[in-house]
Amino acid sequence: MEANIAARRSIIRSGTLQRFLAFGGLIILLIVFGLASPFFLTGDNIGGILLAASVNGVLALGVTFVIINGGIDLSVGTVMTFSAVMTAQVMIVWQQPVLVGILAGLITGAICGAINGLMVTKMKVPPFVATLGMLYATKGLSLVVAQQKPIYFNDAPIFNQVAMSSVLGSIIPALDPIKNVVLVLFGAALIAAFILSKTVLGRYTFAMGSNVEATRLSGVNVDRWQTAVYMVCGLFAGLAGVVIGARLNSAQPALGAGYELDAIAAAVIGGTSLSGGEGSILGTIIGALFIATLANGLRILGVQQEWQIVVTGTVLVLAVFLDRFLKQRSR
Amino acid sequence: MSDLLVQMEGIEKAFPGVHALSQCRFELRPGEIHALVGENGAGKSTLMKILAGVYARDAGRILYKGREVEIPNPRAAQTLGISMIHQELNLMPHLTVAQNIFIGREPRQRVSFMLDDNAINEQAQQVFAMMHLNLDPRTRVADLTVAKQQMVEIAKALSFNAEVLIMDEPTAALTDAEIDELFRIIRELRAKGVGVVHISHRLEELKQISDRVTVMRDGRYIDTVQTAEASIDRIISMMVGRTIYEAAPEVPEHPSEEVVLEVKHLNRGNVLKDISFQLKKGEILGFSGLVGAGRTEVARAIFGADPIDSGEIYVRGNKVHIGSPSDAVRHGIGYLSEDRKRYGLALGMDVEENIVLAAFKKFLGAAGLVNRSKTRATAEQYVKTLAIKTPSLQQKVRNLSGGNQQKVIIGKWLTADTQILIFDEPTRGIDVGAKSEIYHLLNNLAQQGKSIIMISSELPEILRMSHRIVVMCEGRITGELKIAEATQEKIMQYATQRGEALLAEQPAPTSTP
Repeated sequence: MEANIAARRSIIRSGTLQRFLAFGGLIILLIVFGLASPFFLTGDNIGGILLAASVNGVLALGVTFVIINGGIDLSVGTVMTFSAVMTAQVMIVWQQPVLVGILAGLITGAICGAINGLMVTKMKVPPFVATLGMLYATKGLSLVVAQQKPIYFNDAPIFNQVAMSSVLGSIIPALDPIKNVVLVLFGAALIAAFILSKTVLGRYTFAMGSNVEATRLSGVNVDRWQTAVYMVCGLFAGLAGVVIGARLNSAQPALGAGYELDAIAAAVIGGTSLSGGEGSILGTIIGALFIATLANGLRILGVQQEWQIVVTGTVLVLAVFLDRFLKQRSR
Repeated sequence: MSDLLVQMEGIEKAFPGVHALSQCRFELRPGEIHALVGENGAGKSTLMKILAGVYARDAGRILYKGREVEIPNPRAAQTLGISMIHQELNLMPHLTVAQNIFIGREPRQRVSFMLDDNAINEQAQQVFAMMHLNLDPRTRVADLTVAKQQMVEIAKALSFNAEVLIMDEPTAALTDAEIDELFRIIRELRAKGVGVVHISHRLEELKQISDRVTVMRDGRYIDTVQTAEASIDRIISMMVGRTIYEAAPEVPEHPSEEVVLEVKHLNRGNVLKDISFQLKKGEILGFSGLVGAGRTEVARAIFGADPIDSGEIYVRGNKVHIGSPSDAVRHGIGYLSEDRKRYGLALGMDVEENIVLAAFKKFLGAAGLVNRSKTRATAEQYVKTLAIKTPSLQQKVRNLSGGNQQKVIIGKWLTADTQILIFDEPTRGIDVGAKSEIYHLLNNLAQQGKSIIMISSELPEILRMSHRIVVMCEGRITGELKIAEATQEKIMQYATQRGEALLAEQPAPTSTP
């Protein structure tokens, strides 16, 4: 009995509750939209939802690290764009092989993330401001490098083809709507989950978010690990840049601002606490799927796009409110 | 001398504006529990933080097992075998017990970036077994009681094979049963040859557990004595032994008998237990006690800043409900926080704006606009009567000295027609000259019929200013003294009296009902 209560309490405390809520919410959405529209639960539409979640999902993975660590990264959207532009620059303008282009995108993201980390740890600029600066800088740099025009990947058709074809579909035809970029999302999620739960970096991410001073006093080089956390976040933003470039078959330099908010929303809906120390990759993935499903369903029901945004905002606040409310009652 | 574990000599430490330690010394033998006592601010924690590598010393030397050592950071101290358990626990609440113990030196898998959580849990279990402690290493620290969290800190220290264990007020938040458990473990450590430094305010407790006592006062070393040979009275007199303030007490005339504020049976969680007292018109009621005794919490509860579990508050004989600070202000109660800059002032606004801030409605004209000539007149009046030194009413409050900032806050509350003023450490961070001005002002206010509660950690200040003194310890009122019978020793005795001791032991000296 007592163990039961303790177990319940720890479920509620650890953000598992919120993850459960988000998951339950996702199921409810699927049922409601499924009943409302016969088209909603078709394979093509589900594939579309997953595709729509792929970019935001990858971004949200990185943001989850930073938020668990007790920080915030507002620059992921534009870092993503800048990485896409750099991928295009290397692959198309400089005519390098596709893999080199992808690598360039990842490295661009990681460097931006590392600079964010150094600004936070060495220059002691608050994360909000440091990454806001990075948002502006990368937004501008994307336009500069791309000369304000989209760069198309038509000279490297394989890039888009690989991303938008379906390995799963070639094995099981019914799974054809699940494109390869979606697999990138789930692969990235597995890696992120591994880092977070099994490696030193993951442990320190939680430790610093929980009590940074205590972590420092325990002899952990907090500055170095915090920089690493921002770098991981940047790396995922770089990956998101590659993904979005492949999906759109182009690097769109004017895109990107606003994506960071969706990514943060996905993490928060998934139970990551903005005060640090709590969160999970599974939750973030559920959060990203939740947002994509909501947008998709509302669109199918014919809700104007403007109103979709209003609903997303409302749901975000409700999710956090419900979580707090239930936690308080259980104490 | 080689049998000494730790020897500190001639330690100096200054913080900006404070000479925290001067010519301090301390020694610790293996297998000894050494109590370190002194008033608030005597320098106990600072001295031990130097030993634990948290602060760097300005001068002096540290010998560890007879060898001179440098201790640049906590990790260096831990590696030497010196661990400190800080007053505010240094744990990561979201991590498990085992993860906390081994943070920064986790056992790894064959690939070195991967953690070996099985090994972590096993090793933590071994440490617990050594302590005869029943605790699951997989429990999240946030789910533990404070006492258990402390055990985790001790386990962490032991996992470094600590030979010196420093504990800063370890029993402050523990129940008696938990203290017994803690003492059992400390004694076991002593038997194994560990030197334990026990910083505490609780003198009865030191008699129970320690072998020797070192007393500090005002950043200086006073003496080290065998606990068995020293009476509590002697220790207290060493703690407070400084000459009392040069100036004679300035207690104004006796206040009237009219009760302005009465508090009955106030309770709030573990923080406040059955608080009852009366405040009379024109009285200055001193609240004394050690840091953490619950004095500020009493003030915050009366002011409506914290919710209370039970209890009644009467203002001028009428029972009132105070659910928020604005209720308190309506009933004429003002609270002047210890942290003036954070809670008392709008630093970026000017003197005039600050003075009228709490009573803004008074100054609104017909159209809802602020009547500037009225606010200016009021502000001018208080600048004059309170002798606020400011170049103009438009001076930003940020640029005033601490004493003058305090006066601006007083002006603010007077503008709001406050009859009951609660001062929390009114002279903290104010220089000596300005202090006596503040004292003078408090006396004037009392003479004008305002009632004042003054919370202060400085005994001379309390003794100089109050008509009556209420002493608290651990959320309880442990004694009440009329000024004529109050001495530093008596206050100290009440302030170190645990609730249980109060019932069981010596009849309190001369308490008024």
